[in-house]
Amino acid sequence: MASAAHTVQRKRVLRAPTATRLRHWTLRGAAITYLVAMIVVPVAAIISKGFAGGLDTFREAMASAGAWEAIRLTLVTSALAAITNAIFGTMLAYVLVRYRFRGRGLLSAIVDLPFAIPTLVTGVMLVAIYGPNTPIGKAFGSVGIQLMFSQLAVLLALCVVTLPFVVRTVQPVLLELDTAEEEAAQVLGASAWKTFRAVVMPAIRPAIAAGALLAFARGLGEFGSIVFVSGNIEGRTKTAPYFIFQLTNQFKPDQAAAVATLLFAISFALVLVTSRLVRTERKEAKA
Amino acid sequence: MSVVLGPPRLVDVTPGSEEMRRRGRRRALVRGAIVAACLLYLAVVLVAPLVGIFLSAFSEGLPTVFETLTAPEVRHAFFLTFQITIVTLLVTTSLGAVTAWVLVRHRFVGRRIMNALVELPLAMSPVTVGLACVLLFGRGGWFEPWFTARGIQVIFALPSMILVTIFICIPFVIRSVAPVLEELGTEEEDAARTLGASTSQTLFRVILPNIRWGLLYGIALTTARSIGEIGAVLIVSGMLKGQTETATIYVLTAFEERMDTEGYIVALTLAAISIVMLGVIEISKRRKIREVMG
Repeated sequence: MASAAHTVQRKRVLRAPTATRLRHWTLRGAAITYLVAMIVVPVAAIISKGFAGGLDTFREAMASAGAWEAIRLTLVTSALAAITNAIFGTMLAYVLVRYRFRGRGLLSAIVDLPFAIPTLVTGVMLVAIYGPNTPIGKAFGSVGIQLMFSQLAVLLALCVVTLPFVVRTVQPVLLELDTAEEEAAQVLGASAWKTFRAVVMPAIRPAIAAGALLAFARGLGEFGSIVFVSGNIEGRTKTAPYFIFQLTNQFKPDQAAAVATLLFAISFALVLVTSRLVRTERKEAKA
Repeated sequence: MSVVLGPPRLVDVTPGSEEMRRRGRRRALVRGAIVAACLLYLAVVLVAPLVGIFLSAFSEGLPTVFETLTAPEVRHAFFLTFQITIVTLLVTTSLGAVTAWVLVRHRFVGRRIMNALVELPLAMSPVTVGLACVLLFGRGGWFEPWFTARGIQVIFALPSMILVTIFICIPFVIRSVAPVLEELGTEEEDAARTLGASTSQTLFRVILPNIRWGLLYGIALTTARSIGEIGAVLIVSGMLKGQTETATIYVLTAFEERMDTEGYIVALTLAAISIVMLGVIEISKRRKIREVMG
């Protein structure tokens, strides 16, 4: 009995004062309410509406003209843009980290431009320089290549918009990487390419993958830059986000929600995988 | 997997040797090629388009630029964008900072789910965000009866445009403040408290000064994004001319109405604003990294 009284007393001592606990719960309550009201409720609305009619709603949506082509175009162009930026992004990150030259700060800022410039303005910019009435557009047109209002335009817009992702994930990893290993490889007779492949590449591969996945996920949902440059031609340059936009405007919110759920499920899975990739990498770097 | 080793290759690595000089030359060549490829890519996807929009906007001379920017509908469009941005900033900065704090400092069941929730808007197409708002507040939506009964117009009006912008911008402040808070630790706070500082003193004298660059980085990203948002806003706005037309929607409709020069001018203005924001982003990012590194 004596020991029980003792425990009670200890509990009372360990417990934080009421004011602190109240503040604790107020903050936590505010954060939870914020995320639930602003994120959980809208997402729940999309998913419940998308699945309300089972898979039939989805099938109905996909029966409309140009539906499959739109989804395929989005998947293919997003993948191509992710690959292009994986290559150029890795090179840019390497240049920014390892080379010292005048204008490096400016180059670094230019890489971030697509994060700052409104996506619609990105599209307008592309049409301003590569549109059919511009000198460059006319030159390409004369050899039969239409730069804007084509599938190529969709790819180009996605390349611009997703440019920073790979650079920004690879750069910190390269910064952490000790140059001693590279120097050792070179002293031991490895060529520059072999050094990169055998020493640098294994260290930055997860970061490249993470950046490319983020770029791909972003590409799947991109609307602003594409709506202007693609021309939205049914069956040719209409993308999945534009398809959702169209369904919504045609007062078919159920079908729009069904397609949106599919798109969103893919990109959310990708984003979660990526943040796990980056987190494990950070832990490894710290260890 | 087996590695086949060739005959050992002895390399003369003394500085100035023929072999090292040959390598130096090759490396300089490779380096030049890589830099050239990078610059070419950036020129094609970013620099040339920037030049293009600049030339197009000024193609009819300065007076047209001035006329366009002072036209009532353009001013109204920018004012609308400004309103949306200010409210979004107020909400996402204050509640975002609180959420980052709770995510970093509190331990509770469901914290990991909350972490994942914060990333959710990044995976959502702006179009889907707009659609969600239509499903909630549009005809037959979950909350529509409640608001209609009170005579509050949400969809095709400012409230819905603000709501979708907030949704899209939620991750920015949280994700730029959380790592700074994590690195900061609790030592300084504990010291302040032990020395008798009140909660508000600790907040304003210790915590806020320490996270200010991370916070500014999040604010700059939020501003850039809310000024430029189009997909979600377009769906919920209903595109009511002169009423729910933001600056980005103005650009889109200008081209549809064959007012190309006006479209280019407003688009260039938006680009100019975002380049200023980029300056803030670059500075605060550098300071933020210093904050994190200590």
